[in-house]
Amino acid sequence: MNVVVITILTLAVLGTVAALVLYFVAQKFKVFEDPKIDLVEEALPAANCGGCSFPGCRAFAEALVKSDDISALNCPVGGAETMKSVAEILGKEVGTAAPLIAVVRCYGTCDNRPKTNHYDGAGSCAVAASLYGGDTGCSYGCLGEGDCVAACNFDAMYMDPKTGLPVIKDNCVACGACVDACPKDIIELRKVGPKGRRIFVSCINKDKGGVAKKSCEVACIGCGKCVKVCPFEAITLENNLAYINYEKCKLCRKCVPVCPTNAIHEINFPPPKVKTEEKVETNAVKKPVAEKAVGEASTLEKPTAEKSFSEKIVTEKVTTKNATDLKLDDEVKKDMNASSDDKNKED
Amino acid sequence: MNTLTISPSPHIHSGDSVKKNMYGVVIALVPALLISFYNFGLGAFVVTATAVISCMLFEHLIQVYLMKQQTTIWDGSAMITGLLLAFNIPSNLPIFIIVIGALVSIGIGKMSFGGLGNNPFNPALVGRVFLLISFPVQMTSWPAPNVLPFTYTDVITSATPLSVMKEAIASGELPTNVLDQIPSYRDMFLGLQGGSAGEMAGIAILLGLGFMLFRKIVTWHIPTAVIASVFVFTGILHYTNPMMYAPPMFHILSGGLFLGAVFMATDYSSSPMSKKGGIIFGIGIGVITVAIRVFGAYPEGISFAILIMNAFVPLIDKYIKPKRFGEKPAFAK
Amino acid sequence: MLKTFSLGGIHPPENKFSAGKKIEVLPVPAQVAVPIAQHIGAPAIPVVAKGDVVKVGTLLAKSVGFVSTNIHSPVSGSLLKIDDVLDSSGYRKSTIIIKVEGDEWEESIDRSTQLKKEITASSEEIIKTIANAGIVGLGGATFPSHVKLSVPPGKTCDILIINAVECEPYLTADHQLMLEKGHEIMVGTQIFMKALKVDKAIIAIENNKQDAIKHLQSLSSAYPGISIEPLKVQYPQGGEKQLIDACIKRQIPSGKLPIEVGTVVQNVGTTVAVYEAVQKNKPLFERVVTVTGKSMTKPSNFLARIGTPISSLIEAAGGLPEDTGKIVGGGPMMGKALVNTDIPITKGSSGILIIKNEESKRKPVQNCIRCGKCITVCPMGLEPYLLMTVSDKAMYDIAEERRIMDCIECGSCSYTCPSSRPLLDYIRLGKGKVGQIMRSRTK
Repeated sequence: MNVVVITILTLAVLGTVAALVLYFVAQKFKVFEDPKIDLVEEALPAANCGGCSFPGCRAFAEALVKSDDISALNCPVGGAETMKSVAEILGKEVGTAAPLIAVVRCYGTCDNRPKTNHYDGAGSCAVAASLYGGDTGCSYGCLGEGDCVAACNFDAMYMDPKTGLPVIKDNCVACGACVDACPKDIIELRKVGPKGRRIFVSCINKDKGGVAKKSCEVACIGCGKCVKVCPFEAITLENNLAYINYEKCKLCRKCVPVCPTNAIHEINFPPPKVKTEEKVETNAVKKPVAEKAVGEASTLEKPTAEKSFSEKIVTEKVTTKNATDLKLDDEVKKDMNASSDDKNKED
Repeated sequence: MNTLTISPSPHIHSGDSVKKNMYGVVIALVPALLISFYNFGLGAFVVTATAVISCMLFEHLIQVYLMKQQTTIWDGSAMITGLLLAFNIPSNLPIFIIVIGALVSIGIGKMSFGGLGNNPFNPALVGRVFLLISFPVQMTSWPAPNVLPFTYTDVITSATPLSVMKEAIASGELPTNVLDQIPSYRDMFLGLQGGSAGEMAGIAILLGLGFMLFRKIVTWHIPTAVIASVFVFTGILHYTNPMMYAPPMFHILSGGLFLGAVFMATDYSSSPMSKKGGIIFGIGIGVITVAIRVFGAYPEGISFAILIMNAFVPLIDKYIKPKRFGEKPAFAK
Repeated sequence: MLKTFSLGGIHPPENKFSAGKKIEVLPVPAQVAVPIAQHIGAPAIPVVAKGDVVKVGTLLAKSVGFVSTNIHSPVSGSLLKIDDVLDSSGYRKSTIIIKVEGDEWEESIDRSTQLKKEITASSEEIIKTIANAGIVGLGGATFPSHVKLSVPPGKTCDILIINAVECEPYLTADHQLMLEKGHEIMVGTQIFMKALKVDKAIIAIENNKQDAIKHLQSLSSAYPGISIEPLKVQYPQGGEKQLIDACIKRQIPSGKLPIEVGTVVQNVGTTVAVYEAVQKNKPLFERVVTVTGKSMTKPSNFLARIGTPISSLIEAAGGLPEDTGKIVGGGPMMGKALVNTDIPITKGSSGILIIKNEESKRKPVQNCIRCGKCITVCPMGLEPYLLMTVSDKAMYDIAEERRIMDCIECGSCSYTCPSSRPLLDYIRLGKGKVGQIMRSRTK
């Protein structure tokens, strides 16, 4: 009996002492944190992608709470809605940044840009780029090893096995991870545009026209025709390469048909008007190339382009799935290998 | 002309491969395997075949159906796991226990961590220790060695020299007197002692070590460190109190010390990368083995010692850096 | 017991097929392409324009800054254009293209073959001549030689080491040079000794070149201060740090130059170039190139003009075999794979190696089995398996702490790896990134 009492007493005293110690320590080392930080963090998407240029959502929430003017801060993943709810929590004004999307500025598919050698090094664009210009005549274009796809945290990219190029899906949140991952700086964040319509030069080759054209069918040869035709001075030509400023571009599409190599891509537009079609038909040689280059993802989407935007996403997904269906098994295997490889490296 | 291949340097390769290394170890295990066949005949053969086949089968099944990878059973690593598992268990163990051991070895010890190269613990030892804890009776009754017997379930059991010694010391006998009751050092070195299938003959295992050193599959650091540290620590114990502790030669030659030091501790995945780290790892194994043998409940401690030190490998790899060019050898801060 | 370096090392098969083949003078091609960046440092600035008529030895491009060097015309003829041409780097680089007309040399060049032993120039004059003659390290690193000879204040040099190791498999250019130009090498070494103001020099030769060792040993009695040091065969003995360690047992601390331990290393080919520049006033516009490979019908050593397309060298060595899978500029361990046969040879081209198709592909990459062989062979005492992982995962702080910048890119780790992992590929990448980070920090 005595033993039981002593045991209970000892444990009770020990427990009380420990509780007191814990209490005082907790009081002493308490760190004050603005409760708003937690609220803001909750409103953020918790993707921790770094697209806001802060290391993680928590750091971004701290910055939002701390700074008085948050109009320059933007969460590309959550977009306007998230920023609106953040503004409500904080009672501050937010800027209205136009939503962006990543764009692959290379259309050097296997047909357009024949391989001149066989790359057999480590399967990484960064390694290939540090070694040499690439396995085609073009030393600016996509290397096709998929560093960008590996960097994407949102499953918004995949490598198209037919073209050997990355494809960006519409769920891209413009976090910029792929832009940083690409050693050739091919991927750029551009305005999504009204109804997803956007126009861009799908080439970054700075070689002289002849050299560029020789290495790739759809290279920008720096002829400057688009610069002349643009009524808004949105196109600049530098180092044999045209660039469309998406802030100035009004999507008039005048530059698209004048490009002799079809290097200017238009996306999510209805099919060209009759007038342009006639023009294309008169040039028999150019026609197949023109058709090929209309859509970024595949020619299959062309007939569906008239449908509404949301419908189109669905069909696009379906078509791309069909195209990749056969390769799916291989890809899964590859993924598995890659992931086991990763684990092993972490070892 | 073909399309030219471009790759970063170097443009030649030694021709070394995982397969070559693994089959090298398999070849190194052959002498011990032959001795086990000689001693236990059919029993050893059935145990070895069951362990090897079930290890390879489980690896194949897990890789293909669970991990959806290409199978790598022919790289030899599952074969080694099977052989080592068989070497570590009595040669009259019921087949279903061996299959369970193989499943634990491959499934939990190896594949759950991602397969070859990722396992922190030696898979064969994971399986062995699992069996030792789950089936203590079956795992500690060894058939007596007999020249080429053709029966499988040998009813005559014999204790290992280590357990004889342990019981004798516990009952107050002098260790030096016990030495008369067990095989001589020469017999122990040649494999004429009771024990698990493949761990008995020091000479066969040393032959295997010689082959592996010649083929540069392993370096001398880990085996030497294990054996030397066991020798030194049991020596210290013995000469401070010969009444209580067995002589060092007895500890070296008995039990699975050679097998553990040469084949288990040197397992690529679960041993340190650097040579300096290997020596620390080996000394750790030696000290823990002696501690378990002398002070612990089990007569043999090498399996536990290796598993415990396996857990320290990431730490050793982090803090023990190889000797760099251009600086005096120094331990990292 | 022969000397060698203390850490790591491998023994790849030597395959020196072109050993003992006399150096043949390659005919001047119809057109040459001379890149303006043939050395480490800033590319030279062209001083000629389209249509200019040049002679052999005419200055084509002038060095900018200290770490840079001049480029001279290897042929006589008229300048076609300056254009971007694919070179051995795999990128289009600015290149001077000259149409060859005749073979007229600058009058200032002494074309006699008579040996000129007496060194009249002073130390400063020698360094100036070397800088003007556009001489770079001919072992392959192409570091401008005059930079190495200018000992920074506060440092002293007490011994010169001539690198005649040629540890790369297949290559024999230096070996053959030693057999044929022994006296020139000796005088060139003495010129270096005078420039550095040292009285001791070691010519380090690997023990697999017995004839060269004997030949130079017989000559060395006539040249005071020069000793011949046979070394045990082991790759990468030709690495500067390894060579110093092997010869004089001094280890260069991390991130430092050889001068830190009181020595300067020059390649044996460079000594011949220096002899010709100082004694004969001949700038660097030609070099010895080994053309070799298992499938080549006639592995040879050629004396070729800079800018000659490699196709003419391959043609002269029996033509490109049908089953060629890879063409490497340099040796198999550190050479660069070339994208086509139009690429011109440059000052750093020590060899052209033709690899058969079946040997040109890498084996599939497997999991790291943690065998630790990469650590065993690393001559710098690094942990390649770890550096590869941290480079791939962009953990550059750990890479720097684990001394990724010490890597000499010898390729021993990738050569040895049983899992055929591309260790060096990723380490090189990480090295580049860490280098950038370190440079931005000091800015």
